[in-house]
Amino acid sequence: MAALSKIAAGNGHGENSPYFDGWKAYETNPFHPTDRPEGVIQMGLAENQLCFDFIKKWLMKHPEASLCTAEGVNKFKETALFQDYHGMPEFRQAIAKFMGKVRGDRVKFDPDRIVMSGGATGAHEMVTFCLADPGEAFLVPTPYYPGFDRDLRWRTGVELVPVICESSNNFKITRNALEAAYEKAQEDNIRVKGLLITNPSNPLGTILDRETLKSIVSFINEKNIHLIGDEIYAATVFMEPEFVSISEIIEEVECNRDLIHIVYSLSKDMGFPGFRVGIVYSYNDALVSCTRKMSSFGLVSSQTQHLIASMLSDDDFVDNFIIKSKKKLFKRHEYFTWSLSQVGIGSLKSNAGLFIWMDLRKLLKAKTFEAEMDLWQVIIHEVKLNVSPGSSFHCHEPGWFRVCFANMDDDTMETALLRIRDFMRKNNAAMIPHNKLCRRSSLKLSFSRRVDDFMSPGIMSPHSPLPQSPLVRARS
Amino acid sequence: MAIEIEQPSVGLSKVAVSKTHGEDSPYFAGWKAYDENPYDESDNQSGVIQMGLAENQVSFDLLEKFLEEHSEASSWGKGAPGFRENALFQDYHGLKSFRQAMANFMEQIRGGRAKFNPDRIVLTAGATAANELLTFILADPGDALLVPTPYYPGFDRDLRWRTGVKIVSIHCDSSNNFQVTPQALEAAYQCAESMNLKVRGVLITNPSNPSGATLQRSVLEEILDFATRKNIHLVSDEIYSGSTFSSPEFISIAEVLDARDYKNSERVHIVYSLSKDLGLPGFRVGTIYSYNDKVVTTARRMSSFTLISSQTQHLLACMLSNKEFTENYIKTNRERLSKRYDMIIKGLKNAGIECLKGNAGLFCWMNLSPLLEEPTREGELALWKTILNEVKINISPGSSCHCSEPGWFRVCFANMSEQTLGVALERIHKFMEQRKRKET
Repeated sequence: MAALSKIAAGNGHGENSPYFDGWKAYETNPFHPTDRPEGVIQMGLAENQLCFDFIKKWLMKHPEASLCTAEGVNKFKETALFQDYHGMPEFRQAIAKFMGKVRGDRVKFDPDRIVMSGGATGAHEMVTFCLADPGEAFLVPTPYYPGFDRDLRWRTGVELVPVICESSNNFKITRNALEAAYEKAQEDNIRVKGLLITNPSNPLGTILDRETLKSIVSFINEKNIHLIGDEIYAATVFMEPEFVSISEIIEEVECNRDLIHIVYSLSKDMGFPGFRVGIVYSYNDALVSCTRKMSSFGLVSSQTQHLIASMLSDDDFVDNFIIKSKKKLFKRHEYFTWSLSQVGIGSLKSNAGLFIWMDLRKLLKAKTFEAEMDLWQVIIHEVKLNVSPGSSFHCHEPGWFRVCFANMDDDTMETALLRIRDFMRKNNAAMIPHNKLCRRSSLKLSFSRRVDDFMSPGIMSPHSPLPQSPLVRARS
Repeated sequence: MAIEIEQPSVGLSKVAVSKTHGEDSPYFAGWKAYDENPYDESDNQSGVIQMGLAENQVSFDLLEKFLEEHSEASSWGKGAPGFRENALFQDYHGLKSFRQAMANFMEQIRGGRAKFNPDRIVLTAGATAANELLTFILADPGDALLVPTPYYPGFDRDLRWRTGVKIVSIHCDSSNNFQVTPQALEAAYQCAESMNLKVRGVLITNPSNPSGATLQRSVLEEILDFATRKNIHLVSDEIYSGSTFSSPEFISIAEVLDARDYKNSERVHIVYSLSKDLGLPGFRVGTIYSYNDKVVTTARRMSSFTLISSQTQHLLACMLSNKEFTENYIKTNRERLSKRYDMIIKGLKNAGIECLKGNAGLFCWMNLSPLLEEPTREGELALWKTILNEVKINISPGSSCHCSEPGWFRVCFANMSEQTLGVALERIHKFMEQRKRKET
């Protein structure tokens, strides 16, 4: 039978990673509050489900945003015919405005530099196709989003060279680490074309401070390589310090702007992964022009452009949404991390994202990745939570796990915490001396009093529909 | 004064700087002229009439009526109960109800003569993405796909740009109405071999763009046999299948496979989209239907780069699962396209212009070779410029479709009102009259 291509026959799709074993466990036994209370709770999916009620209210008030309603159907024909890869001007303007507001209006975005793509997944691949040839490489700080292995490499033939970051300094991206990675690539005869940073970070949930950003900008200018800033979690910064975007830094330091590119999407900040709204924003005219042509392979549905244009050009809605979303994320994050700390589980101090970077190093039987995998199997099969092991993010040290907290309602969160508490109790009983156990029971009292402080009333939402296969989310 | 030596900007990739995006083709130059001076029935009656865009605008009222009568399609209904689920749904399998609706629609278009399994349907953002995706899966960089000429200019970009795959033409000419012959297939294969290119597949468009004709069953059989003999893939782009408006009836490769009990069908893949039949190019709805399990799995994974908006999947699932609506739409759309086709053929005939006998698509394949100053590509382009500047209509020169015979032009008839088409035909008539007078 006629063979398939090397790209098709290989493993570049990335789905054979153990990362997906947890998903399989979840799919065969997904948690449901009434139908399957003993099922696996999905905490490996970075979705933002906290603001849908607010969004729905807006939709009800604005039937014209849909092409299917009596109020909107007069726009149906022209929208259905609109396939111009420039994208609708109203859409680009609304996105540019939104991006500016998310950055506190400290910087303005030019709608004519906005290029569409099939989600951030499509954006990353497209930018990679345009900046690097097969065999060339991007530097990527670890730990990083597992999807990059597929998105940046599979069909492009481009390599990823890790920039090792360590817990000893909270996984900061140091100049030394950047230089070391660059040198290693040189030694291996790999030509580095760019550096990809995710800020806010997935999986760390932290933001890059000004010094680090300046250092990064100076590094890429010195080496004359591109800087791609994935700012997909920009609006999820729920607490001080304030988010600093690359777009702000380049106003403050000397920089060759032809090297600067931002990838964005509405999948995380707004919770719309299904709508496939990916954006490439580049300060390089040639790249804007090229990616615009290439966006033909992944344009945003004009129906969706129309909806988003309506929604995001409503200043009141956007201003309120950004504030509300931050509040809810902050509350969730605080409750979750506090509850975990009560049972002796720490996590990296974070102020952004839809997850925490949980520190379970002390639970490892040995300081190895095998031990991390063993612990992870226990968490999936005994504690019945799907969390993501640090090794799948190429973390340099074993024992870290990414745990998502914004993709479930309050009750499910409670159930998850109960299971974690039970698990830790069993573990701690083996570890902790008797007097500490006594102290714990008084903590329990204070805990239940505080629960009311955190519980947000009225967040009842139906469980998400279940995917059918390992990598069912285009981005997790 | 010190001379500043600027560090050269680190370049973009080879793919980025190449011209394989294809936009320097004359196919697009006419668009520019149109954009600068677009015809408008009331505001700009002397503007350029766009006849280079294969859009279907004849049946929108049917779609709008459906929406007005079916509030459940109104994205998320009262209270938007389904909004959250829809907004979160990014499963690359696609909405089951949508895939089911697509399978049904594809079956209806083929009069029930072929059956489609929804689980073999992979969704992509448009046929543009579908064709590129299949190319990534079926061929390695440097390999070749055989494509009959004349073909849709977009293939040069879609099949080659990022994939690094080459196109080798299967030459067809007017001597037999541009049909593919076994000799032409073999010649193309030999040509590829002589260039040291590994042929991985044949890609046909049926109904054909730009010729506007459906492929005969015997031709389909020959092509399938050829692919089987050479052990290569066969991609059938059936994007215009629902736009077949007169006999002979459209025959899909699916029917040919069905008649053979699906023997050796793992080499066959069908591309479809709603951009032409339903007139929804903006919604980016493309599909790959493959009889090969590994291709389905891989295509599905790859579709992550180009998924269809779940909002759009939901709307179309509602629309296309309404059998009454789809039956009526397919029938009415065909009737209207047929009427338009008759109108343009008659109008051109009155002006002394012959077209290839067509029965499908949104365009006709017009023969202006008698008007060429010289029977060359340059002569054709000169004529095309004259038509653009004097007649003020944008049509597509055959050379941009890689036609081996100069003088043929693709003229679209469904992307405008009947009135505008009338104006275009008047202009053409006048132009031809003037030419006749000049000659005598």
